[in-house]
Amino acid sequence: MPEKSLEISGLAYAYPDGNQALFGVNLSINQGERVALLGPNGAGKTTLVLHLNGIIPTMQGQVRVAGEVVDSKNAESIKSIRHKVGIVFQDPDDQLFMPTVGQDVAFGPYNAGLRGLELERAVKEALELVGMNEFIDRPPHHLSFGQRRRVAVATVLAMKPEILVMDEPSSNLDPAARRELAEIITSLNITLLMVTHDLPFAYELCQRAVILSAGVVAADDEISRVLSNKQLLTANRLELPKGFNL
Amino acid sequence: MVAVATPITNITAYIAYFSLIWLALLTAKIPPLTVIKRSLIEIPFVAFALLMPFFGQGERVNFLGLSLYQEGINAGAGIIAKATLGVLSAILLSATTTAREILRGLEILRLPSMLVQIATFMLRYLNVVTDEMERMSVARSSRGFDAKGIRHWRVLANSAGALFIRSYERGERVHLAMLSRGYSGELPKEEREDVSPQQIALGLALPLLALTSLLISILIL
Repeated sequence: MPEKSLEISGLAYAYPDGNQALFGVNLSINQGERVALLGPNGAGKTTLVLHLNGIIPTMQGQVRVAGEVVDSKNAESIKSIRHKVGIVFQDPDDQLFMPTVGQDVAFGPYNAGLRGLELERAVKEALELVGMNEFIDRPPHHLSFGQRRRVAVATVLAMKPEILVMDEPSSNLDPAARRELAEIITSLNITLLMVTHDLPFAYELCQRAVILSAGVVAADDEISRVLSNKQLLTANRLELPKGFNL
Repeated sequence: MVAVATPITNITAYIAYFSLIWLALLTAKIPPLTVIKRSLIEIPFVAFALLMPFFGQGERVNFLGLSLYQEGINAGAGIIAKATLGVLSAILLSATTTAREILRGLEILRLPSMLVQIATFMLRYLNVVTDEMERMSVARSSRGFDAKGIRHWRVLANSAGALFIRSYERGERVHLAMLSRGYSGELPKEEREDVSPQQIALGLALPLLALTSLLISILIL
């Protein structure tokens, strides 16, 4: 049996105002798999993502990352979980908060306890992976949107996560930046969970697709089978762009 | 500090201070025009200082047919001279040192880390917020809005409110992103570069020269 990077079982969650977002989600992802998480707005995708590193505490059910249970009450374990789960948020301006690119990439590994040369090496390696090494001393607001997105990916790669989680990675990118990002993602040897509405992008990068709808998993299959099931897509407010054929 | 402690009547010392600071500005290769432009911020204080001779008590002097108070002249001149010196030093600091280095300096000088963090974020997000403001203003004018009078303040106030809420929400998202990368209340400190004795000497040169010129001027008088 291959190692599991992520195992979610029976995960349910209701917001403090009583609004229930997740109704028993089951999902397991093997090491090295690339999985697309699809679903209409408001299906609970972001809520699910924030469970993965314990930002939202688990109410019911269980989340395991590389075998370790996410328990937001245990500060020690949550610290190690947050270094195993690298989340790239949608708006790179939210993710890049330090004065320079290099300092920002150093933020995660620094919190993990790296210092000096080791820290420097982690930063360089991560920026190398996304091809942004020459921008190390630049302030983020001088970069283009696509470059900022790439640096945002580097900030979590620097933590050497077990699983990379990306929230709408292709949003707001011009076609070339979108392709460059796809190339970077394919070049990484890492488990990936990608939340997206961009179905062609998901098809290009992922082998497997999971549809989350109204807080439950509505489909979990090979991506080509999910995307060719027109009924399933329509029922979940998903559509392939016009003229796009698998 | 040296400059603040000097009485305004010691004109020699002030002349020395001004020559020193201009010498420093010129050695730093800062264009004089830039310095003058940035000095304009001082104007409100100058206006206030110019009024001072008209109010006061005691000894009066006649100048250009105006009867002025000696005390007021001294106080006004003091404000102008000291403010100008202060502004020029600030320009010297800001033109030769990047905002980042100033923040790091403050950290080394043991300013509470929370304040340094706040200043760091302000530096980072100033552009993001002004861009957002700009976009909102473009969106307003695109729909034919032209802020002319008091009746338009309502709209502007609403925009400002929306901007505050957006910034607040961004703050929350940034905090989430920080937590996700293991933030525990402390920003990484940059490795401290060793400061060479030459740099320290260079840094101390200006205040020491100022102090020397004060002492000399006292001895002369």
